[in-house]
Amino acid sequence: MANSVSTSGIASGRLSSEELAANFEDLHSPLSEHEAMVAADRCYFCHDAPCLTACPTSIDIPLFIRQISTGTPEASAMTIFEQNILGGMCARVCPTETLCEEACVREAAEGKPVEIGRLQRFATDTLMAKDKHPFKRATPTGKSIAVVGAGPAGLACAHRLAMHGHEVTIFESRAKGGGLNEFGIAAYKSVDNFAQRELDWLLSVGGITMAYGRKIGDGLSLPDLQASFDAVFLGMGLSGVNTLRCDGEDSDNVIDAVSFISEVRQAEDLQKVDVGRRVVVIGGGMTAVDAAVQSKLLGAQDVSLVYRREKDSMSASVYEQQLATSQGVRIIYNAQPEKIVSNGTGLNVEFAYTETKDGKLKPTGEVFHLAADQVFKAIGQNLAGAPDDLVLSGGKIQVEENGRTSLANVWAGGDCATGGDDLTVTAVAEGRDAAINIHAALQS
Amino acid sequence: MADLSCNFLGIKSPNPFWLASAPPTDKEYNVRRAFEAGWGGVVWKTLGSEGPPVVNVNGPRYGVVHGADRRVLGLNNIELITDRDLYQNLEEIKRVKTDYPDRAIVVSLMVPCEEGAWKEILPLVEETGADGIELNFGCPHGMAERGMGSAVGQVPEYIEMVTRWCKQYYSKPVIVKLTPNITDILKPAAAAKAGGADAVSLINTINSIISVDLDTMAPQPSIDGKGTHGGYCGPAVKPIAMNMVAEIARSPETSGLPISGIGGITTWRDAAEYIALGCGNVQVCTAAMTYGFNVVKEMISGLSQWMDEKGHTSIDDFVGMAVPNVTDWQYLNLNYVTKASINQDDCIKCGRCYAACEDTSHQAILMSEDRTFTVDDTECVACNLCVEVCPVENCITMVEQAPGSIDPRTDRVIEKEHGDWTTHPNNPSAVAAE
Repeated sequence: MANSVSTSGIASGRLSSEELAANFEDLHSPLSEHEAMVAADRCYFCHDAPCLTACPTSIDIPLFIRQISTGTPEASAMTIFEQNILGGMCARVCPTETLCEEACVREAAEGKPVEIGRLQRFATDTLMAKDKHPFKRATPTGKSIAVVGAGPAGLACAHRLAMHGHEVTIFESRAKGGGLNEFGIAAYKSVDNFAQRELDWLLSVGGITMAYGRKIGDGLSLPDLQASFDAVFLGMGLSGVNTLRCDGEDSDNVIDAVSFISEVRQAEDLQKVDVGRRVVVIGGGMTAVDAAVQSKLLGAQDVSLVYRREKDSMSASVYEQQLATSQGVRIIYNAQPEKIVSNGTGLNVEFAYTETKDGKLKPTGEVFHLAADQVFKAIGQNLAGAPDDLVLSGGKIQVEENGRTSLANVWAGGDCATGGDDLTVTAVAEGRDAAINIHAALQS
Repeated sequence: MADLSCNFLGIKSPNPFWLASAPPTDKEYNVRRAFEAGWGGVVWKTLGSEGPPVVNVNGPRYGVVHGADRRVLGLNNIELITDRDLYQNLEEIKRVKTDYPDRAIVVSLMVPCEEGAWKEILPLVEETGADGIELNFGCPHGMAERGMGSAVGQVPEYIEMVTRWCKQYYSKPVIVKLTPNITDILKPAAAAKAGGADAVSLINTINSIISVDLDTMAPQPSIDGKGTHGGYCGPAVKPIAMNMVAEIARSPETSGLPISGIGGITTWRDAAEYIALGCGNVQVCTAAMTYGFNVVKEMISGLSQWMDEKGHTSIDDFVGMAVPNVTDWQYLNLNYVTKASINQDDCIKCGRCYAACEDTSHQAILMSEDRTFTVDDTECVACNLCVEVCPVENCITMVEQAPGSIDPRTDRVIEKEHGDWTTHPNNPSAVAAE
């Protein structure tokens, strides 16, 4: 008999392929041309627009929307890509509700912002469908740059450098590029293999060589790169996962949420992905939400997301929290794991209720228990195996403005470096700005 | 509830909303639907002389200027007068008038500028029982090339002559429909009056090219790659029409001549404005062509509500009430000083007032770090641009400065008395104030 949502333990195929396909379709469906025109009409073309200021990559949003409304989505896409070459992915994964759309004056006026994210997707999809890379490279400079990591920061940096005429080699530890866009984001935020299509499109600018399966500390060293290249950009992200530091953390079926998210994203057939009947996710960020929601969408019967602080402190936006609850995820605030016990029928997690007193989070002394078949840890990641000699700050590579590290000719950006939120769009901005700075440094 | 019934030239209708002579009134079927929806009257689509009717193009005849969300702001057309047989039209008019005796039916006419042609058609129209005729001296395309329509309307002598014939051979009211494609609307209006017209109606459509297809390089609507100018109407023409209406209403040579207002009337408010400028009724076309006949229900309820609120019990109560306030620029009070004021509670911080003022006007709006926008009274000339570009209605208003206070822009005391250009010291022809 086929499995169902009520099959006990851990099982795959809880839902039919049709149900899974429906569950994992685009979270925000693309706008049709008509919808885009109607949505674009709502933009007021504000002076010194608040949405633009709120965008980490400073895309001229009023301009690109006006270009859509005048029937030139291709020109609109160029306005976007000139600032953010991963504008297509950002249109899908940006938490617009806490960035541009939160700042939109129509949010203030009517509680209904211009749909900036979806309009951005409309424009970028239109131009990318042309299948011809819109940027041309400058005359070759003869300079070569190593980029470590093919995530948003590395790709944005590489593309900008390639445009300036430099030769770029990207060293990527995995067999596929894209970084968190490919491995770390809920499947329903990037359907139809978009991350890889975007990567191919980006690389078609030319001048970028991909070296897969290459990792610093594993046959590749920073001094070697410094010696062989004119400049190095580090954008390897955070590969370590923070620990809960509670008893029983090493029990079977206590899993890193990022691994689970990656497994779902990479699955050829979602019916073959295992998920528990009862899932507990521990954490409060977008990774936690992505893991919890996707567990539910795969057919888990009972999913709890447990966050140690109060609702307002949660780094997942209110929109993300509502998305989770609308999918049937139960969010428990103010509780932290104390111990995980493996028994014959699965896991039992003991949580302590918490409260914030005088700015400090403290257990109240009360506890409760949640039974689980799987526990996903989503309490953040860390920079594992940072190259020696680099000055770190707060566990990340310390950078100045424009991404300069403590080492000559070494820049860094994205999640592995200090500065900015851990968002795709922030990583793109940092990669781009480092590239501009590298280019300037190599010119002088 | 206010009484909307209307008596225009003795033609009675339950409300002042008539459908203008145009596609919506081309045949019995449409007109019956219009009356069922509540329209007070119609001006039947223009009839031509007996004989083979005119033909229309078989490609597109309309083009539109769209606003946000594809709102129809302006419409142009290259349709001609009725392309149906004269006698079929006359029979239908008679039938509909018999079935709807309380509604107004006026017949629009356009025949060659010869006495015989008018003498021939007028008895036929008289026989239908219709309430009056409207002379189409305005149609700017197609018919004008054949010496009719606006070709007549642009020559005051012809207007007077034809009007005279009509008064001679027809017993009921004669309305002369004026073309705006002239430099001075008073000339044709005065000619109509001199010819004995009972009223004028205006405006007819404006010569226009609505758009150019940049792929085919042809004006729209295009017929096999070519286009021609059409007649422009819809909300966009209302200001032009109202000015012409007001000129006729306030000029000594034409004042008192009844006016039927036409041009972009879309809501009850538009209608009320036309009536306030001196119109005895209004005619509508584009709004009906955009939304269907049911729009008249909003016009009726809206006008009625407003009249109740203002205490007007009949249309006649407020016909022409705004006319005395239409004056020449030279009589405007230069001692009336206002300043823009931004309501911070309503402001959504879009900054459009700032961009408009800073880039194109008087640098009188200040923007703070936190996007608070305020007016600098020392620079504000009260131009009103910020009021109009603000997306939030009434967020920015013009506030009158108290007489006796000092205008911080000019450092001068604001005079209590009226003072206009005629007495201003900068005017070389100024006359001393009494």
